[in-house]
Amino acid sequence: MGEVFSLALLFSTIRLATPLVWAALGGLYSERAGVINVALEGLMLAGAFTAAAVTFYAGSSVIGILAAMGAGALVALVLAVVCIRYKANEVVAGTAINILFLGLPAVLSGALFLSSGSTPQVPQENLIPAVGDVSMLSVLALGVVFVTGYVLYRTPFGLRLRAVGENPEAADAAGIRVERIRYAAVIISGILAGVGGAYLSIGQSSLFTRNMTAGRGFIALAALIFGKWRPVPTMLACLLFGFADALTIQMQGVAKLPSGEDVPVQFIQMIPYVVTIVVLAGFIGHSRAPGALGVPYTKER
Amino acid sequence: MKLARELMFPVAAVLCAFLLGGLVVLLIGDNPIDMYVLLIGTAFSWPDGIGYTLFYATPLIFTGLAVAVALRCGLLNIGAEGQLYIASFAAAWIGIEAAGLPAVVLLPLCAGAAILGGALWGAIPGVLKARFGSHEVINTIMLNFVAVALVSYFTQYHYKVPGDPIMQTAAIGESAHLARLGAIVPGLPERIPLNLSFILAIVACVLVYVFLWKTTWGYELRATGQNPSAAEYAGISVRKQIILAMALSGGLAGMVGINEVLGYRYRYYDGFSDNFGFTGIAVALLGRNHPFGVLLAALLFAVLQRGGIQVDAFTQHVSKDIVQILQGLVILFVAAEAMFRFRPVARRA
Repeated sequence: MGEVFSLALLFSTIRLATPLVWAALGGLYSERAGVINVALEGLMLAGAFTAAAVTFYAGSSVIGILAAMGAGALVALVLAVVCIRYKANEVVAGTAINILFLGLPAVLSGALFLSSGSTPQVPQENLIPAVGDVSMLSVLALGVVFVTGYVLYRTPFGLRLRAVGENPEAADAAGIRVERIRYAAVIISGILAGVGGAYLSIGQSSLFTRNMTAGRGFIALAALIFGKWRPVPTMLACLLFGFADALTIQMQGVAKLPSGEDVPVQFIQMIPYVVTIVVLAGFIGHSRAPGALGVPYTKER
Repeated sequence: MKLARELMFPVAAVLCAFLLGGLVVLLIGDNPIDMYVLLIGTAFSWPDGIGYTLFYATPLIFTGLAVAVALRCGLLNIGAEGQLYIASFAAAWIGIEAAGLPAVVLLPLCAGAAILGGALWGAIPGVLKARFGSHEVINTIMLNFVAVALVSYFTQYHYKVPGDPIMQTAAIGESAHLARLGAIVPGLPERIPLNLSFILAIVACVLVYVFLWKTTWGYELRATGQNPSAAEYAGISVRKQIILAMALSGGLAGMVGINEVLGYRYRYYDGFSDNFGFTGIAVALLGRNHPFGVLLAALLFAVLQRGGIQVDAFTQHVSKDIVQILQGLVILFVAAEAMFRFRPVARRA
């Protein structure tokens, strides 16, 4: 087992946790404001595709990331309008976005690059730069965790955001514009998830491939719940899930059961999900959702 | 009049989705009308178009019913995908282990295993919600991943034929094969995998309808969905209803395994589901959670899926992924139903 736990494993954990941190933080803004965000997966895909396509044309990862943020914001705006303005079921609307972005990038890349499902390779020098073994976006993610903590607990906007998520009626009575705060929160969520997607396509990889998020949006959601909707615990949950992922990769064919057989990777893959279920059931501390999560708000007149 | 109102929103949602989808096609430089002719037209040729369309509709009817039953109880089952994987594997497992049994015993046993497997997997989030109050949406999403990993483990380590490069189990016993409709319907070749499960799916629609609207159990389930506190006050055990609805939902999703394993591949093929569970959400919503609506919606989505293959082959730029765009848009518009009410929502309250 000695060689499994190494510096390489640590870096691998950070690499795999980075997109989760971005997406989970995005989810955090939206959910603390009371809007369930199952669309993280779709938002990440939108960001991943846009980043790869724009970087390919523009030749700069900074422009690519900015475009991914824009795409995330735009898609999130659609989600926000549907959920807030038209009071759609948030889970259903999020699922719709997820399905939509399974298809849309594939159709667009088919039209733009004549290859269904993936974008052309972005040259190495145009990818997101790294500091040593750690991507710039990993470092930035850490910063965004603390900024989020500050914004949430130390600024008027954060106070309003939390008030809207816990008790919109009271917030409204206090003169807070519930809908406006929720729009802002969902759009921030799209921007951050978009960056998470960009990391996947032009950080960890060098092109967009069909469904390249492979469920990471849902894992980010799980991490958010595991982290009890708070920034630092959420980041730690992402690191734990990243670690489980890194371990899965490293342990393939290395770890042995006492009987001398391989540990089936499937069981390591299950860990984050089982842990989330256990946490949700209240076995490891209770995870309480924001009070008004998933409840559309209708202003009294 | 009531029927017209019930139909209006879904039809409007589909039209809007098609309009927007057409715009996407136009933007990438193909003719939307030609594309729609291909997309919808190919489903109606005999026997291949109709045969395959009904075959594609079968799993969607099951998952659509599954989601609809849960929604009638106020629960959103995003876990049909995991439930149908567990169920399909269970069917294959019995079909392999008890391969020697005669068809009259083995077929019901395998079908029962599929339904029971799905029901048990569906009951887990039900119990978790009833007992611990944890949200079924998150738990079903998590259980999807667990189910996929679990069946992949059993396939890879215990039921694969040694040396087979494909992730699939050994074949099930021949007495567990469900007859293809081609063996019964004249003019329908047996190579088309449409099988008796399609008839089963229609029967399931009728049974779900009878259950929901003609039995006390169904009444209690719907009452729970409409207003849990009122139902509790009226002496209905909400916790029991939640578990029952999720188990029933899982069982219906599990019937996909009958089509897939007993009627089509005759083995469990890892990762076979083409998002059937998630498309089921769209089917249920578009069908307004009514069994007959589900049937119509499943047929529409099957038409698109069948046409998608032709679109892939015969248009210049558009790929079959346009089908997913249309499905996503349909759900989005169905979810945002309030958009089609002519007075702004905010002012109605």
